[in-house]
Amino acid sequence: MSILVDKNTRVLTQGITGATGQFHTRACREYGTQMVAGVVPGKGGTDFEGIPIFDTVEAARRATGCNATVIYVPPAFAGDAMLEAIAAGIELVICITEGVPVLDMVRVKHYLKSSKSRLIGPNCPGVITPGQCKIGIMPGYIHTPGHVGVVSRSGTLTYEAVHQLTQLGIGQSSCVGIGGDPIVGTGHIEVLELFNRDPETHAVILIGEIGGTAEEEAAQYIKQNFKKPVVAFIAGQTAPKGRRMGHAGAIISGGHGGAADKIAALRAAGIAVAMSPADLGSTMKDVLDKAA
Amino acid sequence: MNIHEFQAKQVLARFGAPVPKGQVASTPHEAAAAFTTLGQPKAVVKAQIHAGGRGKAGGVKLVSSADEAREFAAKILGKPLITHQTGPQGRVVRRVYVEQASQIARELYLGMVVDRKAATVSIIVSSEGGMEIEEVAAKTPEKVISEPIDPLVGLASFQARKAAFALGLKDKQVNQFVALATSLYKAFWATDASLIEINPLVVTADGHVICLDAKMSFDDNGLFRHPEIRELRDPNEEDPAEIEASKYDLNYVHLDGTIGCMVNGAGLAMATMDIVKQAGAEPANFLDVGGGANAEKVAAAFRILLSDERVKAVLINIFGGIMRCDVLAEGVVEAARQVQLKLPLVVRMEGTNVDRGKQILKDSGIKVITANDMADAARRVVEAIGGRGANR
Repeated sequence: MSILVDKNTRVLTQGITGATGQFHTRACREYGTQMVAGVVPGKGGTDFEGIPIFDTVEAARRATGCNATVIYVPPAFAGDAMLEAIAAGIELVICITEGVPVLDMVRVKHYLKSSKSRLIGPNCPGVITPGQCKIGIMPGYIHTPGHVGVVSRSGTLTYEAVHQLTQLGIGQSSCVGIGGDPIVGTGHIEVLELFNRDPETHAVILIGEIGGTAEEEAAQYIKQNFKKPVVAFIAGQTAPKGRRMGHAGAIISGGHGGAADKIAALRAAGIAVAMSPADLGSTMKDVLDKAA
Repeated sequence: MNIHEFQAKQVLARFGAPVPKGQVASTPHEAAAAFTTLGQPKAVVKAQIHAGGRGKAGGVKLVSSADEAREFAAKILGKPLITHQTGPQGRVVRRVYVEQASQIARELYLGMVVDRKAATVSIIVSSEGGMEIEEVAAKTPEKVISEPIDPLVGLASFQARKAAFALGLKDKQVNQFVALATSLYKAFWATDASLIEINPLVVTADGHVICLDAKMSFDDNGLFRHPEIRELRDPNEEDPAEIEASKYDLNYVHLDGTIGCMVNGAGLAMATMDIVKQAGAEPANFLDVGGGANAEKVAAAFRILLSDERVKAVLINIFGGIMRCDVLAEGVVEAARQVQLKLPLVVRMEGTNVDRGKQILKDSGIKVITANDMADAARRVVEAIGGRGANR
């Protein structure tokens, strides 16, 4: 078991012929993911290294039965690509693209509500269930199958956490990058709900950062509903107010979104917060040792 | 991206929002001429900088003659104006806006913002105009009314009316407010705005509802489809190193410390700043070189880091996933040679081809302090500048 993706997931790549799409479609296939289709408007009927290409998501779904899609198309077209995937009824839509205009996401998010699709991202590394299925741009080899779930707003910081876990001999059930934008398809809480129900996940690392109040809300949820131990880290303890720190969503504005408030909320919910990013793995090890 | 008040008013006026007549001036002479052109008994001369609190800081004056306009403009132009939002160094006033004076009966607040929680644009109103909305929200949250707007329906008239009644507007003012709010909402979507703030929105003595001040910010990710908005960018209001960085697609934010940081990924870059601080020094910057950094980008990042004279040591922290450590190492070696790096350089690399990367650094002959992990890297870079607290 795992969440969101496993060995049976059949994946479509939207934007498969772009440099990024090509590179990562190959890497995901090498990892063992079933990459079954590509979509590039106007290139239907051709193929990418044996993977059939279609003009529309709907056609790709009908022909291949794909149930997940990963989007690498440029920011100007990513909103439309998400809408197309949702309209075609793809169950899991993962958008890697960084730089999608936030008002495009307002429309996508609204459309998403009346659908059965789940959207991860945009501006995220993707989702991986180690040993089974990798969808996205994360380096596969740092992961090990196991029982710690990871949910994060950041890409490379997630790799850092996963690497530390693997070094300590702690495997991961699934790792989900939810994205660094102000409006994303799936938040911390929705991923935690999935981890809560997954018997293979025994504990969770939650990585947040400055901006918004998603971590405070996650803390409330964990306190009231989450049955498994959680270790958290919040990036941006030294970030100044009012400045955007790389991610579109990473900004302390109007007195909200500072790291201190988030850490306090997480601690109040009984969550072990690592103050240093170097201690993520060891903090999880301590928590697991205590639970054992 | 932020723009000046006079620019925001020009943009909003295009969408039909009522704003007072005005003219921008960059010399005292032009300010006097603007007063004459307006042809009103009184005008307001307002400093144009990207910061609030201008009135309290002495950047706004009511004048009743062209001479007075010229005098005040001469007094503030070319000099820094220090408000509670500018920091102690202030911002240099390069332009003033000369605007017809309004008789104010009431000061209100009207804002529109991308509401992260509601995942849509929300309209925010308050009867406490002229104050900072954050302050009002903290002290008297009941006086701030916020309502999400359905993106498919748009701002419905009933929603705007509800806000108008909450503000205590009466008679014709209600419909004026509805029209004004509707034009703001149109402008918001048409320009990929992230924030519109009218503070204060005023009711004039003769009963008109107008935008007395205006602030607009735009979503950087949406600017590609608005060349006319991009032209409003004022490089004088931005840090030169940050402008230079944006040319190379580098995310750089200038800070006050002494440790120059170069990292891939925004989250890891913030975490690196945090761990530098925990080790006892202060980061000089946030710098995300992104996933696909090549030698040229790394070299540019180096130059930008080192353009800050306060930097005493450089810390590179890279988790090579897609980016290979050997490619990074080559970039670092080349850049260090190009810029003739004399400061201590600490490199922590992890991930793809890390051993080859370390070998390249070792063989290069460049003095590099290599670190085993993030904590080790932070310790070593702080040691290199003379230990904990040495930069204060």
